[in-house]
Amino acid sequence: MKYKSQKVAYWFFALSMLLLVLQITYGFIMGFARIGMDGLHDFIPFNTARAVHTNLLVVWLLSGFMGAAYYIIPEEAQRELVSVKLAYVQLISLAAVGVAAIVGYHFNWWEGRKFLEIPRQLDYLVVLNVLLFLALILLTLFKGKRKTTTALVLSMGLLFAALLYIPGMLPFDSQVTDSFFRWWVVHLWVEGVWELIMGGILAFLLIKLTGVDREVIEKWLYVIVGLTFLSGVLGTGHHYYYIGVNKIWLIVGGIFSALEPLAFLAMALFAVNMYRKGEKKHPNKIALFWTLGAAIVSFVGAGLLGFAHTLPQTNLYTHGTLVTAMHGHLAFWGAYAMIVLAIISYSLPNMTGRKFYDGIRGRLAFWTTNIGMIGMTMAFGVAGVAQVYLERKFGMEFMAVQEEISIHFVVLIICASLFSFGIITYIIDFAKHGRPTDEALETLENNYL
Amino acid sequence: MLSKQQARAFFLGGTLVTFLIFIGLTIYSFSDGQDQTNYENITAQVVRGKVIWEENNCMGCHTILGEGAYYAPELTKVIERRGEGYVKAVLMTPVPWAPNDRKMVAYGFSEDEAMDVIAFFNWIGEIDLNGFDRIVSPLAKDKQLNNN
Repeated sequence: MKYKSQKVAYWFFALSMLLLVLQITYGFIMGFARIGMDGLHDFIPFNTARAVHTNLLVVWLLSGFMGAAYYIIPEEAQRELVSVKLAYVQLISLAAVGVAAIVGYHFNWWEGRKFLEIPRQLDYLVVLNVLLFLALILLTLFKGKRKTTTALVLSMGLLFAALLYIPGMLPFDSQVTDSFFRWWVVHLWVEGVWELIMGGILAFLLIKLTGVDREVIEKWLYVIVGLTFLSGVLGTGHHYYYIGVNKIWLIVGGIFSALEPLAFLAMALFAVNMYRKGEKKHPNKIALFWTLGAAIVSFVGAGLLGFAHTLPQTNLYTHGTLVTAMHGHLAFWGAYAMIVLAIISYSLPNMTGRKFYDGIRGRLAFWTTNIGMIGMTMAFGVAGVAQVYLERKFGMEFMAVQEEISIHFVVLIICASLFSFGIITYIIDFAKHGRPTDEALETLENNYL
Repeated sequence: MLSKQQARAFFLGGTLVTFLIFIGLTIYSFSDGQDQTNYENITAQVVRGKVIWEENNCMGCHTILGEGAYYAPELTKVIERRGEGYVKAVLMTPVPWAPNDRKMVAYGFSEDEAMDVIAFFNWIGEIDLNGFDRIVSPLAKDKQLNNN
């Protein structure tokens, strides 16, 4: 840690951890409901659990991205944040809006639009919150001593993410148009600008962990985010095949979304090659695990498993089945959850001064979460493929199929338990680091990192 | 070998070009003659149905146009499959509807509200879904087989 104000990041990460635990809890509620144990139905029906589960994912990831930005931007710009006080105001308001939304979902206060369930009144508060965040980050960047590509890509990602929230707030009478523009937010976030954020964080971590020259890393960062947009923007078309819009999207979406794995492949090759090339071996092995892990698992989860059902001929049968949940879980885990856990693992020892760089807890958390999540993905995958054949090929009734595939949700719950064990281990490790302190500031004698 | 400037040009140029094409295709697919969203048949009742659909987060369990949560049946073409009477009963019942013990929230809608939702489903059912409608509706599938 080089600047005192970087400590703000700690509290964003702490909020992330809290919300992650809640997200997993609601995941279990859904998993149990699927095997017939729905004792909470009167208080938390499936649609509430589902909205809470996905929205908490978005909020904890955003909180993690914001924490990452508050940590990275001062270091890249070589100055303190313009206002630490306002950063805390932003943190508290983010938590307040998030909690209000989640509580509202239990009382039928929502918009009922997949992933964007936050009611309109709260949308405006989200906008205010994000504007405050962007102002703090961009002002710090522009007042800073240097403007690096890493900082610019990260800030651009955050700025575009904010702008793209707007199409999701436009009201439409038609379900089709509503859905069409909802994907401008959801798709262009996760398969577009969020990848910029991920790329920025990844580049920062690789510079710090491998010691490879910044110019080399940032050049490839441009190539990767270039590939992302080249394939991802028109790849939005894969959501438009069967929702009632023109057939042109079958061709455009088919071709460009089939190219989307390239960006993730490039990211994985880039990370592994930089690691191999690097001469400096940073002692923070756990951060290195998560960093390389994010690059590799995102290629498998987002790239390969996305490709598995993105062609229109396949998607005709898999659209609207559990196959989507299979892809969704490993993609979000690999691309976004793991990169947030990577920046936390990297920055935590630097902010607290407790250098737990490599230990049994850290490694255990890495392996059990990953094995658990891969198991969950397989359970969703088997259930989804079985659903496609029984329901769409053989014409069995929906509920009859659900009964046939319920055993896979027992497997899901077992794997999710292993995953949760790993997350709890990670959080214990987080807590053991203690609070951030100014004593952790790098001194001349301690400037290796 | 590629320089950093060239890499940046690739990123900025590629992004600008694909985004412009994306906007162009969006305008194209909603233009006269290309629009297949069944927009012209939306009535005030359909809109009321959509509002009820959203206010109760129905896609938090069901799917429609293939989008939703995969916990409860796809509702595109549901009227064709089940008939209005069945759907109305599900919407109006004061106790949770629970086929195979999987419970739906008992919304207890009024008859008018139920009819609004049914109008919404009927409107959805008339959209040209590039073949997906035949996949989700066995009846439509049979019709297609007979036509072949």
